[in-house]
Amino acid sequence: MSQLATAPAVRAERAAPARPYRRRQRSAYLFIAPVGLGLGIFYLYPAVSTFVLSFAEWGPFGGHTFTGFTNYLTVFQLDAFWTALGNTLLYMLIGLLTLPAAILFAVLLNRDGLRGVTVYRTLYFIPFVTLPVASGMVWKWLYNGDFGLINQFLGIFGLPGTYWVSNPATALFAIGIVQVWSQVGYYLVIFIAGLKAIPKEYAEAAEIDGASAFQRFWHITLPLLSPSIFFCAVINIILTLQIFDLVYVMSASATVNPAFGASQSIVSLFYEKAFVEADKGTATALAFLLMLLIAGLTYVQFRLQRRWVNYV
Amino acid sequence: MSDSARGTRTGSVLTHAVLVLGAVVMIGPFVWQLLTAFKSLPETTTVPPPLLPREWLWSNFAAVFDVLPFGQQLLNSLIVAAAVTLGQLAFCSLGAYAFARLEFRGRELIFALFLSVLMVPKQLLILPQYQIMSGLGLLNSLPALILPGLFSAFGTFLLRQFFATIPKDFEEAALLDGAGRFRIFFSIMLPLVRPALAALAVITVMHTWNDLLWPLVVNTAPASMPISAGLTSLQGQEWTDYPVLMAGALMASIPMLLAYLALQRQFVQGIALSGTKG
Repeated sequence: MSQLATAPAVRAERAAPARPYRRRQRSAYLFIAPVGLGLGIFYLYPAVSTFVLSFAEWGPFGGHTFTGFTNYLTVFQLDAFWTALGNTLLYMLIGLLTLPAAILFAVLLNRDGLRGVTVYRTLYFIPFVTLPVASGMVWKWLYNGDFGLINQFLGIFGLPGTYWVSNPATALFAIGIVQVWSQVGYYLVIFIAGLKAIPKEYAEAAEIDGASAFQRFWHITLPLLSPSIFFCAVINIILTLQIFDLVYVMSASATVNPAFGASQSIVSLFYEKAFVEADKGTATALAFLLMLLIAGLTYVQFRLQRRWVNYV
Repeated sequence: MSDSARGTRTGSVLTHAVLVLGAVVMIGPFVWQLLTAFKSLPETTTVPPPLLPREWLWSNFAAVFDVLPFGQQLLNSLIVAAAVTLGQLAFCSLGAYAFARLEFRGRELIFALFLSVLMVPKQLLILPQYQIMSGLGLLNSLPALILPGLFSAFGTFLLRQFFATIPKDFEEAALLDGAGRFRIFFSIMLPLVRPALAALAVITVMHTWNDLLWPLVVNTAPASMPISAGLTSLQGQEWTDYPVLMAGALMASIPMLLAYLALQRQFVQGIALSGTKG
């Protein structure tokens, strides 16, 4: 009898802490459900589906036949792919110029007692918030071979101009520079935050020991800023490998611009294949190869960081 | 004047010289865009081009509305940016709160799935996403632009980092007082992460307003395009009316510029946050 009487009491005791926990658990799924389902439907399923279908031929009405690595072989035999790959890596290298430029401006803006810091920062950030399509158009006009301001400017010094975005020799460089110009403000903000975190005592001590401004920058500021530089390099490389908007706006189409191929990136080739030529199999393989490239280069950077990034 | 003071003086002049040069490069293109937008077509095709327009032509701005459903496209961009941002704030904050503060079975696994979404470049997803939209009959509609944007692994991750820093005592006190989880979420936790919400809002508005590839793919009818995609159709294949193009590009950039100038602190904070936490 007494046993029977105590049993429910024990159970109740155990249940007491467990109940809020269970309630918490149930409501947790309600919290996660909206974003979880959305990501599942619009992101996770497409990711898996692209991967699977990169090994298939896409039928016109949604049917698929599995063809193994055919799509990948097609891509590898495509001259345009190798050109676009080389171009994309060049865009990446040019894009890395953003970092020294942003560091230079950040260091200057971080100087003690400098006036107008906010004004400069505001101005430098404006290209980053401006619609990239609009920026691309402005620069295309500046680059114009006949009436562009850049050629006029070069003319003052007696330098010859060119048709910057339709000359295969210069188009990629011209577009890449606009990318740098539009991104500097973003990295500037991150570098300023990184510089603010460096204790002033280090540089002061070095100054007393007679280190020049350049030595202080090279031996103190740069190493202490290296975690920010690493972060920015990773982000910068990921973003420029996906360059599309500026290429699309500034390079027009194959029928008009002789520099179209010479400036095409992997993403613009993907767009071309998928939505202009309706060659979805090739496009899928291309997209997947781009992901591998991004993942690979990011991995290499993480491996290399031990050699040059100083975490205090 | 001491040596070091003179050194700082010349240093400061040099600093400003470099910074001013930088500012000219950053802003110069927009000044030229503004001046071009007011010129006549013949003026823009004279060599050398005159610096100022002989007569300030407002007609270029009106012309944009004649060649494009420009007002409609601006409105589309506004609606899409607002809807995506509100949706992300709501959905991401709910999910982020659960990941940061609640214990439930499968949390680690589900969170790992979220992180894997974060790493996939968006181009990889476009073809299946397009097919989903086409299957739902949503091509050339605003929902096609809005739907995928409502959910963000990045947003969830960013907010989770902030929820995780809030001391546990706050919600435990409220739990003891008998408040439900949703009540705690809305009246205690959300206000505490307001800076992070503002940061996410700023980042989302910018990305949505500026996005080009997805709109180009799903909405090919001019009336359903956002302004980013609409603007590209102002470029002729053979010939472009540059003053009109510059006027259009200018008007398409203005809403974001105004938002930036008004909310500068939030913009900079948002970028810095996304930089350090994302």
